[in-house]
Amino acid sequence: MNPLPFIIGAYAVTLVGTIAMGLLSYRAMRDAERKADGLRRER
Amino acid sequence: MHAFANPARFLKIARPLTGWFGWIGVALIAIGLGEGLFVAPPDYLQGESVRIIYIHVPSAWLGMAGWGGIAVASLMQLVWRHPLAAVAARALAAPGALFTALCLISGSLWGRPTWGTYWEWDGRLTSMLVLFFLYLAYMALAAAESERDGEGRITAIFGLVGAINIPIIHFSVLWWRTLHQGSSIGLTSSTIDSSMLWPLLVATVGFTLFFVSIVLMRMRTAIARNRIEARMRRMAQ
Repeated sequence: MNPLPFIIGAYAVTLVGTIAMGLLSYRAMRDAERKADGLRRER
Repeated sequence: MHAFANPARFLKIARPLTGWFGWIGVALIAIGLGEGLFVAPPDYLQGESVRIIYIHVPSAWLGMAGWGGIAVASLMQLVWRHPLAAVAARALAAPGALFTALCLISGSLWGRPTWGTYWEWDGRLTSMLVLFFLYLAYMALAAAESERDGEGRITAIFGLVGAINIPIIHFSVLWWRTLHQGSSIGLTSSTIDSSMLWPLLVATVGFTLFFVSIVLMRMRTAIARNRIEARMRRMAQ
């Protein structure tokens, strides 16, 4: 059995999952910190 | 550890570390996976499919380490009532669940060309699947408790009790000798050739640093959201 499609599949799923988790976490952090800082300045 | 329980002090340290850990992690992942995919030799038994271990082993390690972190943070929350302990435990859950799922998927994709099957109800595979379900249950419980404005004690107790599964995963290959091979890497020795071992270690350190960066980002998000909520409550009064 040719293992190449399995290797490509495993790497693709891992990289897409890891990058997506990193980007989503970064965006959520940036938005929340901007909003929190904005409210502090309004005081 | 007690010194970092203050959110302001934590943020002062976490802000620069988030970026450093993230970017160094990305660089090490690129080096480790590049070496593992294109330079390291194929295994004499497994052939080319051995290249999947460079993502499977870090994923397995982070899935287990994630729950180890949840257990430690839960203990700190229950014993010392550290304000950041619950935040840390919750921040670990989603990335821990992700890497447990990636471990199961990559293991399954390795198993098909190597064992001839995607899945077997083997001790290691089953206990890893149980860990994934524990993560899902933990996240559901944490969400339900925060909706009720609870203190998070039930979630913390669940985090501690769930840690029983970690030694079960670790020793499963010794207790039930079925399909999954035994440990290849110990604290002081390894049965893996150095040409394959060093890319594996580099990739593992890289994924670990990136994981820590994600956890720091999620902790900072939770702290910022708590600040927003507190401000909104003051404005409503």
